[in-house]
Formats: sequence, C-alpha cells, structure tokens
Amino acid sequence: MSSPFSINGGAAVAMVGKDCVAIACDLRLGLQALTVSNNFPKIFQYGDVFLGLTGLATDVSTVSDLFRYKVNMYRLREERDIAPRTFANLVSSSLYEKRFGPYFVSPVVAGLDPKTGVPFICGFDSIGCIDFAKDFIVSGTATEQLFGMCESLWEPDMSPDELFETISQSLLNAVDRDALSGWGAHVYIIEKDKVTKRLLKGRQD
Amino acid sequence: MPGFDFSNYNRNAALHARGVPLPKATSTGTTIVGCIFDGGVVIAADTRATSGPIVADKNCEKLHYISPNIWCAGAGTAADTEFTTALISSQLELHSLSTGRKPRVVTCMTLLKQHLFRYQGHIGAYLVVAGVDPTGTHLFTVHAHGSTDKLPYVTMGSGSLAAMSVFETQWKPKMTQDEAVELCSQAIQSGIFNDLGSGSNVDVAVITGEKTVLKRGYVRPNERSQKLKSYIFPKGTTAVLNEKIIRKEDLGNYVSVHELSTTEEGGDKMEVDT
Repeated sequence: MSSPFSINGGAAVAMVGKDCVAIACDLRLGLQALTVSNNFPKIFQYGDVFLGLTGLATDVSTVSDLFRYKVNMYRLREERDIAPRTFANLVSSSLYEKRFGPYFVSPVVAGLDPKTGVPFICGFDSIGCIDFAKDFIVSGTATEQLFGMCESLWEPDMSPDELFETISQSLLNAVDRDALSGWGAHVYIIEKDKVTKRLLKGRQD
Repeated sequence: MPGFDFSNYNRNAALHARGVPLPKATSTGTTIVGCIFDGGVVIAADTRATSGPIVADKNCEKLHYISPNIWCAGAGTAADTEFTTALISSQLELHSLSTGRKPRVVTCMTLLKQHLFRYQGHIGAYLVVAGVDPTGTHLFTVHAHGSTDKLPYVTMGSGSLAAMSVFETQWKPKMTQDEAVELCSQAIQSGIFNDLGSGSNVDVAVITGEKTVLKRGYVRPNERSQKLKSYIFPKGTTAVLNEKIIRKEDLGNYVSVHELSTTEEGGDKMEVDT
C-alpha cells in the first residue's frame, strides 16, 4: 500500500514577492490512480491568513476544520484577527501534540504581517517542524517538480502581476509532470488591501 | 508537563500494520560541534535541513536558545530538537524564577536527559548543550536515549566523524576565544563539504561569563551566484478562467457594521427590572 501522503494526490506552493505573497494549489482529489473530483481546493482562509494543506484528504478536511475552530476561538478571546506568525506557531504546536500519531498533512502558511505588511510564508512537516523560507515553500506529491520549477523561476522583489505569472507557471508545469496532481488550480495573490483569487485553466488529464 | 495526544495512534498503527510506510519527518542530518576555550565555550552548526534526499531548508537555525547563558545545538528529528529545547528552556526559566538563581548547565542537561530517557529514544533529539554558569564553563552531549557525555570538545550528527577528525588533529588545550571559534568553524565546514546530510552556512554561538554572541551565517561558503537571465513571464502568459478581487474597503458590502448609540434618546435602552 502506498504512503498516506500519496493516496489522494495534490500540490500546494507559496511564494514571496515585493509587499505581496502568493499561495496556490491544484484541485485534484483521487484514490490512487482514479480521479474522484476535480474540484477539491486545498487552500483555506482564516481572516487574513491563508493555509494550504496537502496529504491525506481525510486529514486535510479534519485539520482545516480544526484550525477554523481554533482561529475562531482565538478571535473571540483576543478580539482581533490572528497574525500569520502566530498562526504558524499554532499550527506547529498543534501538529507536534500529535507527535506519535500524526495527521498526514504538509501545511503551508502565507500572509502579510498585519502591522508592518511584511510578507510571511512558512511550511511544516507532518509533526510540526517549521521551515521559515524567504523565497518559496512547496508541498504535496509534486514537491520535487515544484522545487525545480520554483528554484529556477523565482526571483526577489516581484510585483503582484509578476508573482502571479511565476507561481502559476511553476505550479502548472510541476503538476503536469505529476500524475497524482493537476486538474486545474487556484491562485491567491495577497496584497496589503486586496486579495485576488484566480482559477487557472489546467490540463484535464 | 503537557503530554502528547495519541488519538491518531491506533489509526496510524493499523495503517502501518497493513504496510503503509511511516511519514518521513524533516531531519537535520547535521554537523554540530562544541569546544571549550579559556573563559567560555563555543558551539557551531551547519544550516541544512533534509527530508530524505531532498534539501528541505537551505538556511535553517540549529542553535537553540535555552537561557541567556545556555545554548543548545540540535541534530536528529528537527521537530523534536525544536520542541524539546523549547520545553526545557521554559522549565528552566520557571525553575530559575522560583529558586532566584541563575540556571545551571548541569540542571539543563539533567532535565533534557530525563525527558529523553522517559521516551526511550522515540523523541529523536541529539543535542550539544553548552553554557557558562556560576559553577563554571560546561559542555555536554545528550543522546536521544538519554545518555550524556562531558568533554572539552564534542561533535554530533551525520557529519560528526568529519568534524571530529578536525578536532582530533587540531585541538589543543587552553585555546583563546578566536582560536576556538576558528576551530569550530573549520570542523563544521569539514562536515558541510564531506557529509551529504550537512551543507550551506556555518552558525556560531560564543558564550562567555559576560555575554553570549550568536553569529548567524558566520561563514557563508555556498552563496548562490546571480542569475544571468531573468525568467519573468510577460503578463497574460497564464490562462485564467475566473478572477475574483476582494478589496479591504469593499468588505462593507459583505458585512455591515453599525455603531450603536449609547445616549438615552439614540438607542433603545435595555429594559432592566428594578
């Protein structure tokens, strides 16, 4: 039997630009080689913070709902939205709590600092080790392809429009070389006072 | 101490029994070293984090804060080194507050080894603990199963053999601070270049009786060169099927907020039984 990380398939990526961040995911949900759905988004929004979740689909749903609950409770207690860095630490400690019975997910967090507007992205392994990156974070079954695409296409200080083309082309070309990912994509471009969500045209095979 | 949550354990164990492989955690297949000098101690680490053969993070931080005068270098499972050091750092801070004394390195080492021994090696943290306290300068290694060592120079991680070869050929007693920093840096670089699990930069922490100096990126022998060509795509390259823009100022269209008046004539006063 294959790894729980590659039963359902899927890919997510986050990137930093100049005063903006981007996060994107594919839309496939599969059972091994059989595609069950071509509309299974893996990016979830909690206030101004975005969470990408790839891995076992049952855990993607469970974990996204768990963080919706935790973020709502945080908002009620603190009477303010959660900041990306705070949310990252919440994700990290929540995953490490299950160190010896983990959720099979690889989360990606993206957002802008609510006070300074500085871009923030980070990724995690399934037991909550944070990977702070200044450039990009990848996750899912197309990880290797995404690393190659991002490492060659990413450059510092991209404008929102440039960032959109770069992240979209990175994701689209990566998932075309992964049988378990693809079937369309969602891309979010997050700026200080505006969020743009785009549905990309992708191969349906 | 907060415990672990095993609620997914049975599900995952059942999956594992049916042949599903265990998830691969980010590991710091690392080179970490420590060396005592006249007046203090220096610890150093490389900055590569790996997930199997993939370099997951090219510039991660493996030098962990315990207290102002005690620092820890971690190898093994990255999440375990991160959370174990944070947990012990917290316990040590509370202990020092309740005793009114500065934290000691032996206390830190003992807390770490007892925590790790309790989990029988399942918490994969391999640590180099170093610090200066009122009893002197100390340098320890702590293994995941709970064993400890006290030595004048130590190495750990997958690059420990490469690093130890440098110490064994160049170490001498009663070194100055600069000599110790240079020796540790050389030991880490030997790991960076000869061990596949280690790479990128050298981080150094120098702890003396007066202060601790963390030198992040002390040596950067693997800087990426400037790209000769820009690969930015022209606007409109990617086909978009649907676009939705939400602006902060338009949020009022989705949610309306009305400030309720607090004056007598403005709002309805809440009826209260008297």
